[in-house]
Amino acid sequence: MAVEEGASTSSGNTVMCLLTNPEGEPLGAPLYLPQNVGPPQLQEIVNKLLNNDEKLPYAFYISDQELVVQLESYLAQKKVSVEKVLRIVYQPQAVFRIRPVNRCSATIAGHTEAVLSVSFSPDGKHLASGSGDTTVRLWDLNTQTPLFTCTGHKNWVLFIAWSPDGKHLVSGSKSGELLLWDPQTGKQLGGPLTGHKKWITAISWEPVHLQAPSRRFVSASKDGDARIWDTSLKKCVISLTGHTLAVTCVKWGGDGHIYTGSQDCTIKVWETTQGKLIRELKGHGHWVNSLALSTEYVLRTGAYDHTGKTFSSPEEMKEAALARYKKMRGNAPERLVSGSDDFTMFLWEPALSKHHKARLTGHQQLVNHVYFSPDGQWLASASFDKSVKLWNGITGTFIATFRGHVGPVYQISWSADSRLLLSGSKDSTLKVWDIRTHKLKEDLPGHADEVFSVDWSPDGEKVASGGKDRVLKLWMN
Amino acid sequence: MAQGDYIQLHEKRYGKRLDHDERQRKRKAREVKKRSRVAQQALGLKGKRIAKQNYREKVQMKKTIAMHEESSTRRKIDDNVHDGAMPAYLLDRDPTTRAKVLSNTIKQKRKEKAGKWDVPLPKVRPVAEEEMFKVIRTGKRKTKQWKRMVTKVSFVGPSFTRKPPKYERFIRPTGLRFSKAHVTHPELKCTFNLDIIGVKKNPNGQMYTSLGVVIKGTIIEVNVSELGLVTPAGKVVWGKYAQVTNNPENDGCINAVLLV
Repeated sequence: MAVEEGASTSSGNTVMCLLTNPEGEPLGAPLYLPQNVGPPQLQEIVNKLLNNDEKLPYAFYISDQELVVQLESYLAQKKVSVEKVLRIVYQPQAVFRIRPVNRCSATIAGHTEAVLSVSFSPDGKHLASGSGDTTVRLWDLNTQTPLFTCTGHKNWVLFIAWSPDGKHLVSGSKSGELLLWDPQTGKQLGGPLTGHKKWITAISWEPVHLQAPSRRFVSASKDGDARIWDTSLKKCVISLTGHTLAVTCVKWGGDGHIYTGSQDCTIKVWETTQGKLIRELKGHGHWVNSLALSTEYVLRTGAYDHTGKTFSSPEEMKEAALARYKKMRGNAPERLVSGSDDFTMFLWEPALSKHHKARLTGHQQLVNHVYFSPDGQWLASASFDKSVKLWNGITGTFIATFRGHVGPVYQISWSADSRLLLSGSKDSTLKVWDIRTHKLKEDLPGHADEVFSVDWSPDGEKVASGGKDRVLKLWMN
Repeated sequence: MAQGDYIQLHEKRYGKRLDHDERQRKRKAREVKKRSRVAQQALGLKGKRIAKQNYREKVQMKKTIAMHEESSTRRKIDDNVHDGAMPAYLLDRDPTTRAKVLSNTIKQKRKEKAGKWDVPLPKVRPVAEEEMFKVIRTGKRKTKQWKRMVTKVSFVGPSFTRKPPKYERFIRPTGLRFSKAHVTHPELKCTFNLDIIGVKKNPNGQMYTSLGVVIKGTIIEVNVSELGLVTPAGKVVWGKYAQVTNNPENDGCINAVLLV
């Protein structure tokens, strides 16, 4: 009986499917597929059509919803007609899989004031943190103990940034000065870089595929201008003035443009040879809090990826970084998302036009942090309304809300395979969210006070978090 | 003081003295010494007055000097390292400290416990038991006095059944029982005749609340389904609180204002 039923269902019903890539281009012609085909079979078909040498994993989406069951169950559920061509979007997934962190492996004390920012180096081997006690500390990941304490700042260290080749660390403080550090020895490289009159809000390095070894970085400050500094000349080479109020965030894009978002509700696009303003993106009704680029993760990690390869010469690094960047970007232009105090975000394609491509509404409080996933498919936004929202990274359509925090969510961080999202909040917990199931994966309590900064290491092994309770916590699986 | 202008007339006709300017100059030079001598030697009220005047002038002069000495060069940024370090995204924001949030929640809890609600009539006249109840004498010789009749308006509810008359202590006369109230919406200023669902709180005590006595200031719950109110979640609101604003036993009707 069961066999007969099975035979009857598999014989008659087929459905016409068209596989398309995330940008909408179809892969081959429409195919007649039997209805008992599920994601594994579709994966084989895609691998074959793309002539992949190794079997790469793919995820399939029909009208923005992931396909996890066989086609016939999906059709029965959704009551989709078999006469129309079914468009299935395939998305390449990361080959490696990151395990979610679920335990705090170390609580390292050392800072005497709140930890304001933590950051892993691009190769994931070093960890640095800046704090309100005016020091930058480097931590040893193998023994989970303090390594170096870098003193020299006169006021709180607000922001730290690793160069994409991992050779330099720059930190900006509340008094407006920037200091360069050597992560191997913990010593300061040269004197303080002064020029800004008020505190530093953000720092971004030039991508390594544009120049290796990394020399230039841009810093944004409350006094309204962004400055491009050269580390070998140890001075400010270009000053990007134009904003009337504080510049809250700055990003150096992969095509060589600098994007600055400011409290005067505008985003300005600058070119870097002369510091001229290219475009001004208007539209927000209140402060622009955060910017995110679709290629941000690749620019941050430079030439390093999950294989853990080291490079001997800067040229090799530059080529590898360029290859990674090209693969990430594809043919599409770079996308920029800005999160603002007016509770909305805008999706821009700054290379094409000065009008926004999409407006992302839904948050009920200001959006504090926006971050593209490492593969650029998703966009996550953290807001003071205690929720984290997930959006489609290409079109900007809303996908899901992650609720669970009981206080404003401050910062988010993606795992390197884009399957997990980490959020740190004022309620002193960190939460790991699963992108596939749109649910909470892990709850990481343990901090005694607000969590100001979180970072997931690029190799996916560890998560570091720091906050008002002055300790740095390392989380592992 | 010269009366008349004969001095000026002479000056006009014959000119000034030849050493006039010299004398004026020397006189002015001596003014300084004279002023100083006077200031030092003057006594009494006059001395005080002069001292006060001089002090005022001195202060003014010092201020002008300080103002001129202010340089226009930029000063260094305030170097002191403050407590309460915050990341850059929180720096421009006004944080309500956790203490303030906690104190707000504690205050709210206290308010709830004390039962102090935000009502249109916060103070009502307290009604004494003698005014509220009339003693009913019962028994064969009318000596027993344990029954009481409520003299104010009451609400009993649709499914009310009296206790056996032999045992009921509180008598609520049917003439004073009401089931509808004239409820005014404070913003829309229109009045509706709505059913009473129940008596929520009588300010005189919870005994009267449980009896269902309605006097001025009582909070009652009314059926507002005919107003068509909807909660933000999409559910229909069918009961709301209202506070009684008249003395129903005098008027024969219950007038209330809706608590929005």
